[in-house]
Amino acid sequence: MNTGAGIEFDAVVKVYGSITAVDQVSLHIPYGQFVALIGASGSGKTTLLKTLNRLIDPDAGSIRLGGEDIGAADLPTLRRRIGYVFQGIGLFPHLSVGENIAMVPSLLGWPKAAIAARVAELLELVDLPADLAARRPAALSGGQQQRVGVARALAARPAIMLMDEPFGALDPVTRDTLGQAYRALHDALGLTTLMVTHDVQEALLLADRIVVMKAGRILADDTPQVLMRGHDNLDVEALIATPRRQAERVRALMEGGA
Amino acid sequence: MSAQVAAAFAVLPRYLGWHVALSASALGLGLLIGLPLAVAAARAPRLRWIALSLASLVQTIPSLALLALFYPLLLAISAALLPFHLKVPALGFLPSLLALTLYSILPILRNTLAGIRGLDHAVLEAADGLGMTWFQKLVRVEAPLAAPVAMAGVRTAAVWTIGAATLSTPVGQTSLGDYIFSGLQTENWVFVLFGCGASAALAISVDQLLGLIEVGLERRDLRRVGIGAGALAIGVCAALGPLILADRPHDRYRVGAKNFSEQFILADLITDRLRSVGASVEVKQGLGSAVAFRALQANDIDVYVDYSGTLWANVLHRTDIPPRAALLTELTRALKSKYGVTVLGSLGFENAYALAMTQNRAHALGLTSLRDLAAHAPELTLGADLEFLSRPEWAAIQHAYGLEFKSQHAFNPTFMYRAIEGGEADVISAFSSDGRIAADHLVVLTDPKGAIPTYDAVVLISPKRAHDQRLMAALQPLIGAVPVERMRAANLMVDRDADKKTPAEAARTLEAHGP
Repeated sequence: MNTGAGIEFDAVVKVYGSITAVDQVSLHIPYGQFVALIGASGSGKTTLLKTLNRLIDPDAGSIRLGGEDIGAADLPTLRRRIGYVFQGIGLFPHLSVGENIAMVPSLLGWPKAAIAARVAELLELVDLPADLAARRPAALSGGQQQRVGVARALAARPAIMLMDEPFGALDPVTRDTLGQAYRALHDALGLTTLMVTHDVQEALLLADRIVVMKAGRILADDTPQVLMRGHDNLDVEALIATPRRQAERVRALMEGGA
Repeated sequence: MSAQVAAAFAVLPRYLGWHVALSASALGLGLLIGLPLAVAAARAPRLRWIALSLASLVQTIPSLALLALFYPLLLAISAALLPFHLKVPALGFLPSLLALTLYSILPILRNTLAGIRGLDHAVLEAADGLGMTWFQKLVRVEAPLAAPVAMAGVRTAAVWTIGAATLSTPVGQTSLGDYIFSGLQTENWVFVLFGCGASAALAISVDQLLGLIEVGLERRDLRRVGIGAGALAIGVCAALGPLILADRPHDRYRVGAKNFSEQFILADLITDRLRSVGASVEVKQGLGSAVAFRALQANDIDVYVDYSGTLWANVLHRTDIPPRAALLTELTRALKSKYGVTVLGSLGFENAYALAMTQNRAHALGLTSLRDLAAHAPELTLGADLEFLSRPEWAAIQHAYGLEFKSQHAFNPTFMYRAIEGGEADVISAFSSDGRIAADHLVVLTDPKGAIPTYDAVVLISPKRAHDQRLMAALQPLIGAVPVERMRAANLMVDRDADKKTPAEAARTLEAHGP
């Protein structure tokens, strides 16, 4: 395993009582990759994701970021370098949209002018009108709120983004739009993204690489193209089969209609 | 009527000022303890359990009892600290402050905890995920979001504290409760209503202003928060103004009074004497009977009037009953040597415990003495004041004459006279100097066996003032100058239903005749 570049999980273990949520997982993610973590609920994908910004500390194993063990890192400093977006969004209801986006820069003590400029820039980046900055989060639609969530996570220019079912609570159209918009941001900003999703189709369409987990272990780790061709493992094959079949039927529909 | 209203308004600045000073300090201290405790308890389940249990336990103690409990507690602490030359006042502001502070903690603690624990989990996860330190999370997220719920608790605490502060009167702290306690005692309903009204008005105003702050916090409206907080600050300053501006000579005499009319009148009489020689005086009225002597002994008050028989039995714990002169001599000697308390002398009248009946009833049953009463007691109901049934004198009478009543009830002295008038009681524990004995056509039953000691009204001086020549000289003319008829007349002026006078007015009639 090469060191020094990207994220390295090395034999990471997390146990809750009698359940081993993450079981000896090793994974190397080079900078710049968009990795989707998929699997049934309880497969350990969210637990694994949260060990990276240490919302969860592993019981064994180590995680390195750019070659440095994050177990020794100062927690606030580590987390401010890693963007975190999750299904619950967690916008601060007592602060305006602008103040929400400005939170990490303000924690880092950026000058006021720089923060204001960054908020305007981010609103544009996530495709929201500038006048939304003064509103309260409660006045926004679900899709708009998650755009603010993404902007807030990106505010201090992190190199890494952790996304836990980020679009899970949104309607299919908004979800697709936001997914594509985020993928474009990932490419434009040169981010490294680790995204947990239970939507296999979303994972196939957005990610460069898909890691399939079950019972805390990695079952498959491949590009979408390779996975779509079929897999020996029955659990993996079962996950992939549905989107593949749906895609074929949609293609048939479109060809038949033409 | 209008004289009573004027009298009520005259003392309002002082009563209200102390009431505000006391409630505001207690609430401030409650916040200082309750808020950090809630923050810590929100994170530690065991601490939460302990803190909430203790705070709830405090609430189960009646507020009057809680205030009363701090008096012996502080006395003990004071005694323990004596070797270190530290004096802890056991009476007045400190016990009231401590009790009210304890009382205010529960609503603050419970609501702040509810506010913090009710926060949206996603918001807290976002705060952690963004890399906030625990302090940043507390200040930027938890505090502002929990504030409205916490504020509701502060409002409850404020209303409770202001209400319960009226109960600090019996432990010697001036408050709006002085109106209520003295009014209840002298049946001055104007005073009672005035005290209730003033404390209710204070509680409602404070609650409304805190409510304005609460709404402001909820809507993130700093203007509302500012107006509410500003008005509260101005109100507190305005209320405290008279206390601060009032001349507070270093050497101010504190005159004590127990909780009945005669004591109020005598305290006013002593006050007038001291003022006439240019001294500055403060009255601590409504003290519990046992509290008064302890307070004098601890120099918390400087002078008050007590009764020789009471001191003989309750302070010296003597059960023998020597003749009047011998008792007074021995009392004077013992109080000086044991407690450093000076008995300046007897005022000239006796306020003995006695059993009294209506003239008609006594005549019908052919009763003139306690010995006669013993035969009829099983058919009769005894009405006693709140102390009498637990006093050694009652035990002595019961023992000497074998009295067994059909039933016995304890009343506030004022209501005790109503009871014998209304027939709810056949015999009452009267006081021999009470003007109502003659006015209500009661007859005092004689004590042929001499079971009840003598109760000469004596002026007591605190150890600290034992050599205060100005004080002695000012009070000396009162010794032997108040015959029982004059005292009865003065008491009646205050206790009667029509043409009621204030204790101060009654005191002035004693002086007019007096020394």
